Amino acid sequence: MAKTMKHVDAVCVGMGWAGSIMARELTKAGLTVVGLERGAMRSTRENFVMPTVRDELKYRLRLESMLDTSTETITMRHDPSETALPQRRWELFPLGDGLGGAGVHWNGITFRFSPAEFQLHSHLTQRYGKNAIPADMPIQDWGVTYDDLEPYYDKFEKLAGVSGKAGNLNGQIIPGGNPFEGRRSSEYPNKPLVMSQGGLIFNKAASGLGYHVFPTPASNSSAPYTNPEGLTIGQCQYCGHCEFFGCEANAKASPLVCVVPALLQDKKFELRTNAHVARLDYDKHAKKVKGVVYIDRLSGEEITQPADLVILTAYPFNNTLLLRLSDIGEAYDPHTGKGVVGKNYCYQTIGIAGFFVEDEINPWIGTGTSAAAIDDFQSDNFDHGGLGFFGGGYICISGSGGRPIQVRATPPGTPRWGTAWKEATAKYYNHNLSLMAHGCQYPHRTNYLDLDPTYKDSIGRPLVRMTFNFKDNDYKMSAYITNKAVEIARATGSKVVTSLPRRGNFGGINGFASHHTGGAIMGTDPKSSAVNRYLQNWQASNLFVIGGSAYPQATGHNPTCTIGALAYWSAHAITSQYLKSPGALVHA
Amino acid sequence: MVDQPIGRRNFLKGAGAAGTAAAAAMTGGLSACAEGQTPAQQAQQNAPASEPMMTLTPTEAAFLGAAYDTFIPADQYSPSGTDCGMVVYMDRQLAGAWGTGARFYRAGPFLQGKPEQGYQLALTPREFFAAGIAAANDWSRRTYGKDFDRLDPAQREEALKTMDAGKAEFTDFNSKYFFDQLYESAMEGFFADPIYGGNRNKVSWKMVGYPGLPATYASKAAEYRGKKINLPPQSIADLS
Repeated sequence: MAKTMKHVDAVCVGMGWAGSIMARELTKAGLTVVGLERGAMRSTRENFVMPTVRDELKYRLRLESMLDTSTETITMRHDPSETALPQRRWELFPLGDGLGGAGVHWNGITFRFSPAEFQLHSHLTQRYGKNAIPADMPIQDWGVTYDDLEPYYDKFEKLAGVSGKAGNLNGQIIPGGNPFEGRRSSEYPNKPLVMSQGGLIFNKAASGLGYHVFPTPASNSSAPYTNPEGLTIGQCQYCGHCEFFGCEANAKASPLVCVVPALLQDKKFELRTNAHVARLDYDKHAKKVKGVVYIDRLSGEEITQPADLVILTAYPFNNTLLLRLSDIGEAYDPHTGKGVVGKNYCYQTIGIAGFFVEDEINPWIGTGTSAAAIDDFQSDNFDHGGLGFFGGGYICISGSGGRPIQVRATPPGTPRWGTAWKEATAKYYNHNLSLMAHGCQYPHRTNYLDLDPTYKDSIGRPLVRMTFNFKDNDYKMSAYITNKAVEIARATGSKVVTSLPRRGNFGGINGFASHHTGGAIMGTDPKSSAVNRYLQNWQASNLFVIGGSAYPQATGHNPTCTIGALAYWSAHAITSQYLKSPGALVHA
Repeated sequence: MVDQPIGRRNFLKGAGAAGTAAAAAMTGGLSACAEGQTPAQQAQQNAPASEPMMTLTPTEAAFLGAAYDTFIPADQYSPSGTDCGMVVYMDRQLAGAWGTGARFYRAGPFLQGKPEQGYQLALTPREFFAAGIAAANDWSRRTYGKDFDRLDPAQREEALKTMDAGKAEFTDFNSKYFFDQLYESAMEGFFADPIYGGNRNKVSWKMVGYPGLPATYASKAAEYRGKKINLPPQSIADLS
């Protein structure tokens, strides 16, 4: 039986960082808001408690906090000429699920993007010539600048209680911080975390090579902290169970800690979990979205939620899927390069340098972030003249926990089993480190998202089909920055250093990240972007699409901080401009 | 046929492969670990005559025991794989939600893809291991004249290396892929929290120096840096 709910001012689809921030800002402006979440209700008190939260098998291997692929998954192929096949269990990467979304299981690495990234097309053509960017690399400007977003980055960092050290405070370069970062209006709300032994080793070696080491900005709070919502974040316990795990100390910033408790107290807000959104109710003639149609997973009922304002705040895959299923905007065509929905899907290109040291590492003392990093080879912070690629990434030291099913490297040549393997495992467990060359992944004409023609999810929607492979730019970039990581590893004095730049087809578990971007990208022109600079859809002016889906390309830095900043930026545009005069905020 | 079912069951019993039963681990198991004993001695002391299985057939249990004992032999670092409870671990995994494919996407069509597209069989892990073990034993009989668990240690080693290298010609089953899943199950069973049935007495955690839980080091992060720290490991059961 179909049912229609009482009209509300706004509905948010997906209650992770973007959805919870947007809902909060809209209720503050006096709007009634419904938040729809596909997954279940979650809270620290119920779901992330000692001692069961420290279970590597359950959370890291069996992916208990992640999306159940029997409910919904994606299909993947490397090239438009191939048949995509479903991820029957997560092998390429896992996706999040449940209240708080991926903001619950993330590591907490909280970089702002490099200023040049926001005007990447303009920047690269100015510096390297107007024909420098290959024709099949549709790099674009974002339509916003770093300076536009700076106040909203600041807002997100204060919400999440980020621990770090400013490197550029109001234009002044501060020693010990990241000198390559954009101008910051204020210092991080919390001091940096204690640097691990691995961090000290990395710091010494990289500084010795003339690089600029800084504490990786971390949403793992170095001290108890109360955010502007009045919510308290606990102190990080260095437990080494961040990625894939919930945080029992409430020390890892997540929507569940930083926003949702305030929302649940807010009479203007209503949360509906187990609400699996099927499509938007789009009136093509009026160019308005009238509401959201979802399946209540508890009753099986199809429910329509009418609203004046619809905000898609899901992962890039679902933001893109819902635009396609609702027939909003032209689907991207990889053969012509025309169309926008599904365009510029981008990932992350990660290389690893492993090495072994004499020091006692105690890898079980760890935080979600990697203690220390350098940005010397990120973005266009170095001259790409003659290199044959664009982009780069940051290099950081490992340190997110010595969980033994997975973190126990042995030197090359060690047998894979038996007494000799045990001897090496016992010997090197406390003495192995790795450097991550966390690289960008710039767009390519044939990397995109669309609807799978064959496979469906549990409510009958087509699965998202991901057509993606690494390209020449990615391999060259990864080889270059991974080699820089290898040089740093050697500079530690280590005798055994392994190099694993990104090679071969996309796939496998080496160097994966759940960092997905694009599909509903922002920009200045409706012919090449799905949403405008305020994340407002070009077709339906009462539809906003927030998240990693908006990124025209993926930079080397992790995506979350910018998702938070864009949510605040878009919410500000809605509350200060749109509500006064509903309609297009940018005229094409 | 080289092996008769009755012979298999006797072999399993006679091998005394079973380590500490779950109940022993929870109650007497820990206190029975006297100081000065080797890990293998500790486990042997607690080993009951046989190990109850939830889903594995005797043939399957014997196969897994032989494979896990090759991966994890009894030595100065740990008891054997079976004495660490690894067969019990895998039996419970295969009998439970994971084994029955609870979180698998199982809609067809089932097509062969590129390796990077991941697992594309219709089989649940339980079905996959049943088919894989049968195929491995069939190959073992054709190659060595015996089921895998009847091979001597050098032959087991050689057989696993052949599978790992992708050179074992199983009938109608991917031997390398099977090996990879088998190996992964061994690492999980050996290193996972003992609550799952393997890693009895936290032997693997002691072996590498992983302190397990409670893992609250805010006051120690600086103090412990670069120092050798010996903390007796704590598991979920220890803190429940």
